[in-house]
Amino acid sequence: MGGMTRGGTGRSLAGWAALAPAGLWLGAFFVVPVALVAQYSFATRDLGIARVVLPWTLDAYRLALDPAVLPIFWRTAAYSLSATLACLVIGLPLAWFVARHAGRWRLVLLGAVLVPFWASHLARVYAWKALLAEDGPVNRVLGLVGLDRPGGLLLTDAAVVVGLTYGYLPFMVLPLYVVCRRFDPRLLEASYDLGHGRFGTFFRVVLPGLAPGVVAGSLLVLVPSVGDFVTPALLGGVNQLTFGGVIDDQFRGGNNWPLGSALAVLLLATVAVLWVARGRRAREVL
Amino acid sequence: MAQVDRGWRTARGRRRWVLPAAVVGAYAFLYAPILWLALLSFNDSRSVSTFTGFSLRWYAELLADRQVLDALWLTVRLAASTALVAAVLGTLAAWALRRPFRGRGLWSAVLAMPLVVPEVVLGVSLLAFFVKLAGVPLGFGALLAAHVTFSLSFVVIVVRARLAGLDPRLEEAAADLGAGPLTRWRTVTLPVLWPAIGAGAAFAFVLSFDDVVTSSYLSGVGGTPLPVLVYGQASRRGVSPEIVALSTSMVVLSTVLLVVAVLVMARRARHLDR
Repeated sequence: MGGMTRGGTGRSLAGWAALAPAGLWLGAFFVVPVALVAQYSFATRDLGIARVVLPWTLDAYRLALDPAVLPIFWRTAAYSLSATLACLVIGLPLAWFVARHAGRWRLVLLGAVLVPFWASHLARVYAWKALLAEDGPVNRVLGLVGLDRPGGLLLTDAAVVVGLTYGYLPFMVLPLYVVCRRFDPRLLEASYDLGHGRFGTFFRVVLPGLAPGVVAGSLLVLVPSVGDFVTPALLGGVNQLTFGGVIDDQFRGGNNWPLGSALAVLLLATVAVLWVARGRRAREVL
Repeated sequence: MAQVDRGWRTARGRRRWVLPAAVVGAYAFLYAPILWLALLSFNDSRSVSTFTGFSLRWYAELLADRQVLDALWLTVRLAASTALVAAVLGTLAAWALRRPFRGRGLWSAVLAMPLVVPEVVLGVSLLAFFVKLAGVPLGFGALLAAHVTFSLSFVVIVVRARLAGLDPRLEEAAADLGAGPLTRWRTVTLPVLWPAIGAGAAFAFVLSFDDVVTSSYLSGVGGTPLPVLVYGQASRRGVSPEIVALSTSMVVLSTVLLVVAVLVMARRARHLDR
């Protein structure tokens, strides 16, 4: 203990004892299960109760990387990137205002961002389903300017993106709030003094200053929206199947665990690349 | 704040309405679906588009629906257990990581990993683990294992942020005054950490309470949390008005809690000013 409290680099018994429970938990319920799925991705499909059998092959990967799967891959990427961008566009002014202009209402307004998320995720998706339906308010308003469509906006790409944006907005706002609080306002004055206009200041001073929060927030929105199959299932149709939905099908309905595992490993690999690439400064926030 | 930001404001000049407009728009986006839900919960009919009159019948049916209430009770127990376990494990881990040591980067990465793993991957992995490897029946235990796994990272992040602001000399001073490790923890570290632990536990509670994806793989006989039950219904014939009523109640409850928290904090702040 002495070594630790005195700022030594040595580990002490207390330090290890404090780390052990979380480490063991994640080892048992995270590392081992993910390793198991990685192993299954090389197995052969069994239609019986065993679900996976030897011999080990690359068949599942061959199937997963089949050109027929590619549209699902691109669609998922388009949905989650659009949702991330939408969260950024909505979340940045919100976080900036709450962090810097809300005065003593700061915490109230920040809390007000989180309140809607106490309603069940499904109820929120369902609310959008009602709002976007053919006779729902959104389609009626669009009808006033002649932009309504038969069947409403349900079962469209836009509906899925709206649902994902709504579902993960707080994950964008919270890291952005942190970096907006930290942002030194003197940088703004300096930028104006140096002759930058509003746009120059935003793109050359504000955005780079907030970059760690932007990266962290984007990751926190991107990752769950890639894996989310509930929102596309409820707001989209059969043409809106996403990557998460395909994995879900293999484990639940299709009963092809090796293919599902291979897809899960590919998804995990993509996320790992993004995580490693997030940059040193983003690590201060996430 | 207003003083310091003057440069920004004057430079924006007449465009001063842009930021407030964007903020109002964002809150409208956040609250429109919630207000719509609240309206629907008082609607006399099952319809989602026409209001036939005010009624409390969905709230009454909610209170009479055994299946929903059982699932709700299971969900509350699960969320409370998750919050407790995640708070204890996460706080200990965050405390262990408060100083540099060899391997700290690796441990931090491992503790943050569940945060960036898509839920569907965690769900199917744990399904395979419990069914094929551990041979444990699905249900409460499996759900708890999963929920603590994905909420632990949040507790670690929040508590570490608070610990970063804790002056290490406080603990050293306590040690110099002869306090043992446990006394130091109890009298110096814990009092500073309570708000962060509470925030982390609240986060874990919400995450667990609302989880559909991971839980949908791990629900067992007699162990189906409410969101999984609702998802089963929703994909067949839409969310029932009872669930809309329940969600409305949850939002009202959280608003009340938020207001109380703000009032308490404001009172404490006034107290400190004196």
